[in-house]
Amino acid sequence: MAYSNKVLDHYNNPRNVGSLDKNDPNVGTGMVGAPECGDVMKLQLKVNPVTGIIEDAKFKTFGCGSAIASSSLATEWVKGKTVEEAMAIKNTDIVNELSLPPVKIHCSVLAEDAIKAAIADYKKKQANGVGASRPVTEAVS
Amino acid sequence: MKLPIYLDNHATTPLDPRVLEAMMPYLTTQFGNAASRNHSFGWAAEEAVEKARKQIADLIGASPKEIVFTSGATESDNLAIKGVAEMYAERGNHIITVATEHKAVLDTCKKLEKHGYRVTYLPVQPDGLIDLDMLRDAITDKTILISVMYANNEIGVLQPIAEIGKIAKEKGVLFHTDAVQAVGKVPVNVIRDNIDLMSISAHKIYGPKGVGALYVRRKNPRVQLTAQMDGGGHERGMRSGTLNVPGIVGLGKACEICQQEMPEEMARMARLRDRLKDKLLGSLDEVYINGSMERRLPNNLNVSFAFVEGESLLMGINDIAVSSGSACTSATLEPSYVLKALGKGDDLAHSSIRFGIGRFNTEEEIDYVGNRVVEVVNKLRELSPLWEMHKEGVDLSKVEWTAP
Repeated sequence: MAYSNKVLDHYNNPRNVGSLDKNDPNVGTGMVGAPECGDVMKLQLKVNPVTGIIEDAKFKTFGCGSAIASSSLATEWVKGKTVEEAMAIKNTDIVNELSLPPVKIHCSVLAEDAIKAAIADYKKKQANGVGASRPVTEAVS
Repeated sequence: MKLPIYLDNHATTPLDPRVLEAMMPYLTTQFGNAASRNHSFGWAAEEAVEKARKQIADLIGASPKEIVFTSGATESDNLAIKGVAEMYAERGNHIITVATEHKAVLDTCKKLEKHGYRVTYLPVQPDGLIDLDMLRDAITDKTILISVMYANNEIGVLQPIAEIGKIAKEKGVLFHTDAVQAVGKVPVNVIRDNIDLMSISAHKIYGPKGVGALYVRRKNPRVQLTAQMDGGGHERGMRSGTLNVPGIVGLGKACEICQQEMPEEMARMARLRDRLKDKLLGSLDEVYINGSMERRLPNNLNVSFAFVEGESLLMGINDIAVSSGSACTSATLEPSYVLKALGKGDDLAHSSIRFGIGRFNTEEEIDYVGNRVVEVVNKLRELSPLWEMHKEGVDLSKVEWTAP
């Protein structure tokens, strides 16, 4: 199977590989897939709680070249978007951008799931009050 | 050293130049049909075919009269299994085989099950070998055939063929072996091993694609087969069709070369294979060999690199030709059924790479491959959430994954 140039590019020069601090109240962590399936993606985003904009994103993936490329692309796309805009990213956008063949479409679905899982985790943290929106200012005398 | 490097010799092998040289006259001036009994073109072709028959027979300890030419080992497997099933239907309808057989055997057995035959698929132990007691217990008075491959194409393990042959003989059951990966690589002898039928493929032993053979025993017992290809009665009525003379000449020459060079080649293959194995095990953690190392083809290495997926590894070593048991590399998106049968988790199947070393590989190539694989595994582990979790001390078997 010949890979598209974009997939090869992401594989050879993956963007945003790494980890964010999962204990940071403004970081949402999504882990999807399973080792028995041959695909596991971890995607993390750091959200600015004031503006709601995703300031940073990192990923790690156990999977084929298309899976790595899909999750790398996902981190590229979410950066600079609001959480709502990131929720709107569709796997079909990823398929088109990377020219994924039919047999690899499920990789893009997993990447979309990873984004949504990360956002869900972030929202859960916010709802639990774990993420303070801004530090309480103390009166300075 | 030329790139890309070919290390997938279980899938196919390049033509040995000496084989091509032997074939050339039959692709050019000596084009006769071996069945043309009445002129010199036919006689020359027939002579070449009979010479090849002898070369093949000599390699496996058989008589030339016991060699039937086919289009390849898939056809040989079909002919052996279906041919016996149909011929001996009055005697019984039970066949015993193994879960790790090649699809040419498994799919043929599945087809027979649709026609009312019963098939027992023996499991294998974690090292890939069958349990001989289980085999013995599985035999009934309706069993007409046991089919066990000599050497496995994915993990290279060598089944206890001589012992199986002995059991089959004791119980009066015919014994077929798909010896595609073993013939010419390790010493195979149909008398010593009590083999009644054996499938051989040319393109696995530096011969051409599209030709193979089936050894069919003529004495103690005389095995009969119902032909699967009708039309003219060629090959003693067992396989009709004009013989692929150039292909057959190639197969014969390939066998002759294997016989002459086997001792030296076996040693050289093992040395290269062990060099690669030592490099990988010495440079990386969490590397697992799939299948017994003691009972194994000298040129096979099948390894799982935990926490790294096979297809992404192949992509990283794109100047090296190997194959993987990962689902992503298969047309059906199923992980290797052979690795599954070893009882390993699917995750290790997805992380597996099969190296098949061949006659034309060099030490320089092996060293290059070893270095590249180590480099890419390390790079992919940096990308892997599973490797990260493993380093943090997380027990991955206890994690609840969210796969659909």
